[in-house]
Amino acid sequence: MNYLDAFKSRDVVLGLAERIRLLVAGRAEPMTFMEVCGTHTMAIYQYGIRSLLPPQVRLISGPGCPVCVTPNGYLDRAVALSRLPGVTIATFGDLLRVPGSSSSLMEERARGGDIRVVYSPLDAVALAAKLPERKVVFLGVGFETTAPTIAGSILTAEKRGVENYFVLTSHKTMPRPMELLSADPELAIDGYLCPAHVSAVIGADAYAFLAERYGLACVVTGFEPADVLQGVEMLARQVMAGEHRVEIQYSRVVKPEGNGRAREVMAQLFEPYDADWRGIGVIPGSGLRLSERYARFDAACAIPVDVEELREHAGCRCGEVLKGKVSPFDCPLFATACSPEAPVGACMVSSEGTCAAAYKYGR
Amino acid sequence: MCVGVPMQVVSIDGDEAVAEIDGVRREASLMLLAEPVAVGDYVIVHAGFAISRLDEADAQETLAMMREVFSPEEMG
Ligand code: SF4
Repeated sequence: MNYLDAFKSRDVVLGLAERIRLLVAGRAEPMTFMEVCGTHTMAIYQYGIRSLLPPQVRLISGPGCPVCVTPNGYLDRAVALSRLPGVTIATFGDLLRVPGSSSSLMEERARGGDIRVVYSPLDAVALAAKLPERKVVFLGVGFETTAPTIAGSILTAEKRGVENYFVLTSHKTMPRPMELLSADPELAIDGYLCPAHVSAVIGADAYAFLAERYGLACVVTGFEPADVLQGVEMLARQVMAGEHRVEIQYSRVVKPEGNGRAREVMAQLFEPYDADWRGIGVIPGSGLRLSERYARFDAACAIPVDVEELREHAGCRCGEVLKGKVSPFDCPLFATACSPEAPVGACMVSSEGTCAAAYKYGR
Repeated sequence: MCVGVPMQVVSIDGDEAVAEIDGVRREASLMLLAEPVAVGDYVIVHAGFAISRLDEADAQETLAMMREVFSPEEMG
């Protein structure tokens, strides 16, 4: 079997699972690994990876879905903006159905709001150039993979003199919430499956403090089933050996130092601030907002609007799901009052949400 | 949601590239990459921007994995 075939084979996946089983055989206490990347969450549910693992290895999902960790107030502002005359909202499709306090962008679109789904923030810049009489607001939600692309779109708008392009940002950065959750005795996390593409930007070195200060195993892992299982195996191997360090399973794409250019662009436009995470609360320095110099692109400053009072969704346990404390199956609304067609919380609607993954693949 | 598919650069005009995989073409800005990219190279594209360049062998390995997607039934 050559190298390429090795990865194609289902036997490899099962073989990896068997290796993990042998590795931890004889160990009584469980080890807990958290993934903090929505695409990992989806892969783990889609390929039934939990069912392949021995009982000693527990995988829990963390705050890896950027749409899910964004508080309702952000959606409410986007909804309010969409109701202003002369405003066009451009967004990734994920946000459309996410329920805000009393409405969603989908509902606003049905009511006649000009809300368009784009693939890239650069498409939104092009849209703004085409509609000079309108204010085009892109909804910038995402972690360190997406933030540089939003920064790139603003630089592009500036270069092309597109003055009617704005961004409503809610960018968050990953290592801080991982630090916070790692100190939670209730979770007792032994290691992290570190995100794939976030790490392409921030670099695997960004997790070194988690290994050193908190004694956590950290493995940057890719998206394929064989990747995920290999990542779990590398984590389990560290725990069994009593070690904790940062390793890169996804070395095809992720380097220890990451993508310095993307980080430069991000630092040029954004500054850290204390961001509010759904379910977790305010984490110091865990968000990115536009700096003074680029404030004219910031929809929150440049386009004043009244935003409705914030209302949480009664009964939704999304916040605890995002901390890995409960699984979607523990939520009484799961698959009864809450489904992807009629979502109660953001975790059910985003394509990266844990409840959505559990609904689609886990039942 | 991130897509891990490496795409091959088929044309470059300044900072703007076009990348392709399995007949699907996407515009990909190169402004977030420090390393030089040439036609024929593989990149990971996120929301219209190339965020990482891959070695050809790594890209082929990833593509081979991705084309062989397991169905949940197969995974038992
Ligand atoms: S199933 Fe629905 S209501 Fe329950 S936690 Fe998930 S999103 Fe919230």
